[in-house]
Amino acid sequence: MREIIVQKITQAVKEMVQEACFSLAPGVVEMISDAEKNEVNKTAKFALKTLVDNAKLAKDCAIPLCQDTGMAVVFAEVGQDVYFTGGSFRDAVNEGVRQGYKENSLRNSVLDPISRKNTGDNTPSIIHTTLVEGDKVKLTLLPKGFGSENMSKLYMLTPAAGISGVMDKVVEAVAVAGSNPCPPIIVGVGIGGTADYAMLLAKKALLREVGVKSSDPQLAEMEEILLRRINELGIGAQGFGGLATALEVRVEKYPTHIAALPVGVSIQCNAHRVARRLL
Amino acid sequence: MIKKIQLPITDKDIEGLKAGDAVLLSGKLLTGRDAAHKRIVEAIKSGNLPFDIDGMAIYYVGPCPAKEGSVIGSCGPTTSYRMDPYAPTLMDNGLKAMIGKGGRSKEVVEAIVRNKCVYFAAIGGAGAMYSKQVKAAKVIAYDDLGTEAVRELMVEDFPVIVAIDSKGNCVYEK
Repeated sequence: MREIIVQKITQAVKEMVQEACFSLAPGVVEMISDAEKNEVNKTAKFALKTLVDNAKLAKDCAIPLCQDTGMAVVFAEVGQDVYFTGGSFRDAVNEGVRQGYKENSLRNSVLDPISRKNTGDNTPSIIHTTLVEGDKVKLTLLPKGFGSENMSKLYMLTPAAGISGVMDKVVEAVAVAGSNPCPPIIVGVGIGGTADYAMLLAKKALLREVGVKSSDPQLAEMEEILLRRINELGIGAQGFGGLATALEVRVEKYPTHIAALPVGVSIQCNAHRVARRLL
Repeated sequence: MIKKIQLPITDKDIEGLKAGDAVLLSGKLLTGRDAAHKRIVEAIKSGNLPFDIDGMAIYYVGPCPAKEGSVIGSCGPTTSYRMDPYAPTLMDNGLKAMIGKGGRSKEVVEAIVRNKCVYFAAIGGAGAMYSKQVKAAKVIAYDDLGTEAVRELMVEDFPVIVAIDSKGNCVYEK
């Protein structure tokens, strides 16, 4: 057994909040920059250039990339040989979010859904905990903006829809989202499981590192086809038209029921922010 | 060729703008997003709006808090369609310009044409850059809404694209 005091979790989450909100995930600015070079639509090109310049300014001057510093979504893979001391794991994560948002002047965007009263410290966060083998804790923070989150879709298809039906729905989700999720976007797709699990898979797909294709050849091919079809929609950067609607499509799958073909689509905006820690 | 426009915007300036034009805005803006729009429309209906929207431009933004030594924090646009249920009432009561991002409803486009208004798109995701174009900021109403309070901003060379012009032409329709 390995002991981890939860104050270490708080410290890690706090550092990840700061890291994520001031700089794009590794590789994203390069993808936007490449898109800018290839773009022919001059309004879209202007938008892409602005995003590249914004990323540099945000990093150099420690200004949040985007004012929507998100709802903090934390994925924790906890080794089953770890035991936590010093308090509750969940409270420790939320304390890290609280301190990270306050100390870095980030926006408090979290509120009660009925009263619409702001909680005042951007907590609670969304925490997905998975028990895994080993004695390490792997934390991944996704500060999720809601211009894109509002464009999420779940389709409970029938098995008859098949792969082509799945792909049509993913393209439809992006077409319906149009200019709203701040393209160029990253599209996460989760196929299978239950309704909730398909959405979780789609969200988890967003965590994959830039440039990494699915290790499953069939899914990798779907990613390629989907990216091409989405970019043929012509929505373009910010919806101004052109070539750059999506930067990447990532597809994950999980076994499902004989009656079902769930498809979750999670869309990430151009301000793709992810931070990781291994404790 | 980027056009420079002084706010408050004139009818003549609005007439000269076409969907797709790149524009630099300078002058006074109001801010307001979801919660503020709900209150603004309620206040218009009951006749007690605590500020003047006649001839003004409103920017759909909920900024990050200002760090010490800064005027404002990161302050890029939020998605506009959520303000669609409210925007026609504001335009029918004198608002001349909106700044946000993304497409608008048919009702909003009709109100833009009816009132000779303009809708600008700012670049979503470029909040750090926009914070540098804001020279002064103060809360003028609904302070309890926090980031969603109504602010008055003084901006300089604030880059936007004409998304829907006063004839109803839209940059998003291809």
